[in-house]
Amino acid sequence: MMITRIFAATAPEGGELPNPLLPADYDIIWSSVIFVILLTFFWIRVLPSFKKMLDERAQAIEGRLAEAEAAQKAAEERTALVEAEQAQLRAESSSIREEARSEGAAILAELKQQAAQDAERMVEVTKASLSAERDAASNALRAEVGALAIELASRIVGEKLKDDAVANRVVDEFISELEGKKV
Amino acid sequence: MLGLFAAEDGEYKPPTIYEFYPPAFLFEGTPFELNRIMMIRLIVMVAIIVLFWVWTSKFNKAVKTGNVVPGRFQLLGEMALNFIRKGIAHDQLGEKDGERFLPLLTTIFFMVFGMNITGVIPFANIAGTSVIGVPLVLAAVAYVTFIYAGVRKHGVRFFTNALFPAGVPKPFYVLVTPIELLSTFILRPVTLALRLLMNMIAGHLLLVLCFSATHFFFFQTDGLFPLFGAGTLVAGFLVTLFEILVSTLQAYVFTLLTTVYIQLALADEH
Repeated sequence: MMITRIFAATAPEGGELPNPLLPADYDIIWSSVIFVILLTFFWIRVLPSFKKMLDERAQAIEGRLAEAEAAQKAAEERTALVEAEQAQLRAESSSIREEARSEGAAILAELKQQAAQDAERMVEVTKASLSAERDAASNALRAEVGALAIELASRIVGEKLKDDAVANRVVDEFISELEGKKV
Repeated sequence: MLGLFAAEDGEYKPPTIYEFYPPAFLFEGTPFELNRIMMIRLIVMVAIIVLFWVWTSKFNKAVKTGNVVPGRFQLLGEMALNFIRKGIAHDQLGEKDGERFLPLLTTIFFMVFGMNITGVIPFANIAGTSVIGVPLVLAAVAYVTFIYAGVRKHGVRFFTNALFPAGVPKPFYVLVTPIELLSTFILRPVTLALRLLMNMIAGHLLLVLCFSATHFFFFQTDGLFPLFGAGTLVAGFLVTLFEILVSTLQAYVFTLLTTVYIQLALADEH
């Protein structure tokens, strides 16, 4: 072979030439031993750990993504909830306002009515007390006026009307006149 | 180390094949003989194990603490492992089969790369893959693996599919079948092993050539000759950079081809 010839040319003269293509037994044995040790090492120790680490990492990253997604979803839900609550509160407050307004109106009407009734009653009471006073006054007056009138008249006509008969007649006439006026 | 290759008596001696057969220093003559290159391989193995052990404990810690943001060092390990996992295995085989063959592909890549790169690491200065053992063992593993993948999926039809490709007129099988046999079942593992081995051998010889020439010009010649030494030094530096590229590239190519062979074996149509 060419390779052998090249080496033959470089070899010192007289030496027995080793052929680089023919392995020595120790060469093969050490190569095999080293190969088997390294293969076992990579197979049993390095690659399983490596694979596990990669898997864990992928899982961790995926897990974190899912976590973030879940968090966002929860936040969205919370927002929706708050909004719904707000809407409900708004509706409630407006209905309360409406109720209050109508209630206020009702109260106002009631108060007005009551005030009107009170006023009416007061008017009536006043009227009654006025008429009672008037009656009392007229009764009192009637009693006094008769006497006063007689006294006055007797003073005016004193002398001329000594006669009781005439005087009584005049008074009676006057009173009945008064009564006729009153009725 | 390099000083060894420049002659002591003032005469330049080029690097030889004995570069790759350093003397044994332990268990000489037994099947567990240790020489410098075997020692470098073992050190590379330990270095790989230590490095990935630290990375693995980082991964485990990240799992335990639920930390999803890797630090700079951990990220480097993830990039290295993902380069094979995503860039080669998932890309070529899909996720399911990619995961099945991932341990093998990861081992091949880091073992080849680690042993290639020692070719330019000071005090090591020779690639662990520049002796045929590692390329041969890994090529054999790749060979067994793609045949296993094919047989596991298609049974005996894997061989018939490979040797008698569909859509070829029957008489042509006389021609096609030997070619397929040669290319699929003989040349694939052979080229896999030789491509890596020869790249590393050539790279090492180039480096030794450059640096031993530099040493020779600087210390064994007079006059204007040391100027040549500056040239060979620059050349050596450039070759070093080139070797870093080749180390990575060969590791990548070896892993990628193994993956492609598995993928072809798994494919429904050949």
